[in-house]
Amino acid sequence: MFRQMYWTHSRTLLFILFAFFLVILTAPLLAPYDPLQINMNERLLKPSAEHFFGTDYLGRDLFSRILAGGQVTVGTSILVLGIVLLIGVPLGMFSGFVGGRFDRYLMRIIDAFLAFPDFIVAIVLSGILGPGMLNLIFAIVVAKWGSYVRLVRSTVLSEKEKDYILMAVVNGLSTFQIIRKHLLPHVVGNVFVLATLDLGKIILLIASLSYIGLGAQPPTPEWGAMLNESTPYFHTSPYLMFIPGIAIMFTVLVSNLAGDVLRDRFDVKG
Amino acid sequence: MIQVAKRFIEFIIFLLLLSFISFIFIKLAPGDPVKQMLQVDEVSVTKEQIEALREELKLHEPIYVQYWYWLKRFFEFDLGHSYITKQPVVSELLSRFPATITLTCTSLIVMILISIPLGTLSALYKNKWVDHICRLFALVGSSIPSFWLGLLFIELFAVQLGLLPSMGKGTIQHVILPSLTLGIAMSAVYVRLLRSSLLESLNEDYVKAARARGISEKRIFLFHVFRRSLIPVITIFGMSLGSLISGTVVIEVLFAYPGIGKMVVDAIIRRDYPVIQGYVLFITILIVLINIFVDICCRYLNPEIRLKGVERR
Repeated sequence: MFRQMYWTHSRTLLFILFAFFLVILTAPLLAPYDPLQINMNERLLKPSAEHFFGTDYLGRDLFSRILAGGQVTVGTSILVLGIVLLIGVPLGMFSGFVGGRFDRYLMRIIDAFLAFPDFIVAIVLSGILGPGMLNLIFAIVVAKWGSYVRLVRSTVLSEKEKDYILMAVVNGLSTFQIIRKHLLPHVVGNVFVLATLDLGKIILLIASLSYIGLGAQPPTPEWGAMLNESTPYFHTSPYLMFIPGIAIMFTVLVSNLAGDVLRDRFDVKG
Repeated sequence: MIQVAKRFIEFIIFLLLLSFISFIFIKLAPGDPVKQMLQVDEVSVTKEQIEALREELKLHEPIYVQYWYWLKRFFEFDLGHSYITKQPVVSELLSRFPATITLTCTSLIVMILISIPLGTLSALYKNKWVDHICRLFALVGSSIPSFWLGLLFIELFAVQLGLLPSMGKGTIQHVILPSLTLGIAMSAVYVRLLRSSLLESLNEDYVKAARARGISEKRIFLFHVFRRSLIPVITIFGMSLGSLISGTVVIEVLFAYPGIGKMVVDAIIRRDYPVIQGYVLFITILIVLINIFVDICCRYLNPEIRLKGVERR
């Protein structure tokens, strides 16, 4: 029933969401210039018909860099979420379904992880491993995996006691079959909502850490890193400040809105 | 009391674990610590000097003996010296910590001054235009990157209007822009939280009962609904006190505000391992202490949790 509701009512919204992120991920194909091409003759040009958003302090086309930056930021965020789901869903299901000592110890470990704010985990890990995009991905995965294990586990725990699972056991389905056929559909909806809500937070995290120099390194066209790079030129070329910031804000706004609507619709408590 | 003692024992175990992890970390750090410590402005170092310092730091001893010495120094609050400034890490941390605390507290005040009125208005005028504006604020506020908001403020108040300094510390003026930025960025969450918490309380039966007894709406709201709604808000606020402190990192870097966040980011970029290690130890202990404190406060404020705890035992 959950599944049916999920597909009929929010299909339009999901479609818009997917379309938006698909556009962001494929947008660099539309870029008029190479986002890394330095052209010292065309430094700090104001927005014009030739360069929609102007050029930065190395003469790189800002429009192309924004498009490429979307792919980097959003792509990385989706990658991070993908890794987190790959760890969180199986681990949460196993922990919830099997329970016992493994479950108890795992929950203690997760409690310890969740006690620390994501940002502190990211700072500490990039402190240990050094600044860079790969380390940042690792750090966010470390910060986020626990909450997904918890969500999946609690969903499984609440479903496990119901009669239809008992029925399945009586009918001789294996543990794996029960998990796949009966528990997974319940988990998917909840996890999807939490992931949509988290997407905006992860994008902000990546942009903030790149801005302070711990994430993407120049010349990578990441939105936060772009703002960091062009700081000295804000006064003379304010568009260098406005455009990447608006790009971040708009993307986060869309994913937050989508997350809110999905959450209200399914009444998920993350 | 037993709960508190239990938390305290957990804290000690946690400290030992943490100290072990950070010891391993400094051991695994690339580069020779002895050479790093002796290197001052390209002056060449003799082999004898290196050997002497090695002896002094007990680097010839087996690793568990080294850990023991390290642990002893850890409990004497000696975390070594910064590679860059050559100052003791502990004194550097302590001298910068008050600035971070100041920023945290002022941001907190801004946050409360924004989120309580907006959240209350939003709940009282549910689905009216006031509510829509407050909700729009909350939505945009939770989507805007805090550092970008700070950049906008710098551009407006420091560059265009020339009213406030954009970086450094010293006077009250230096704290205004950073705390405004962080306070606004953090308040979005609490506007929403307070709104939903108030709306929930307004629907409770005791409100209807109070109305039936003819108590004025104003009185019901102030003495019944508002007080009760603050409990979940305070709980979640306590849990996110850590993220408020972590939020100061970006703001400190942006405004070149000399707190511990700026210190650690500089240290990470320059690979100044003793400082990074000191920060990691300091911040983790701080956050664990905050969590224990909040936990105890919540138990005190909300008898429900206390009773549940008894049940579990």
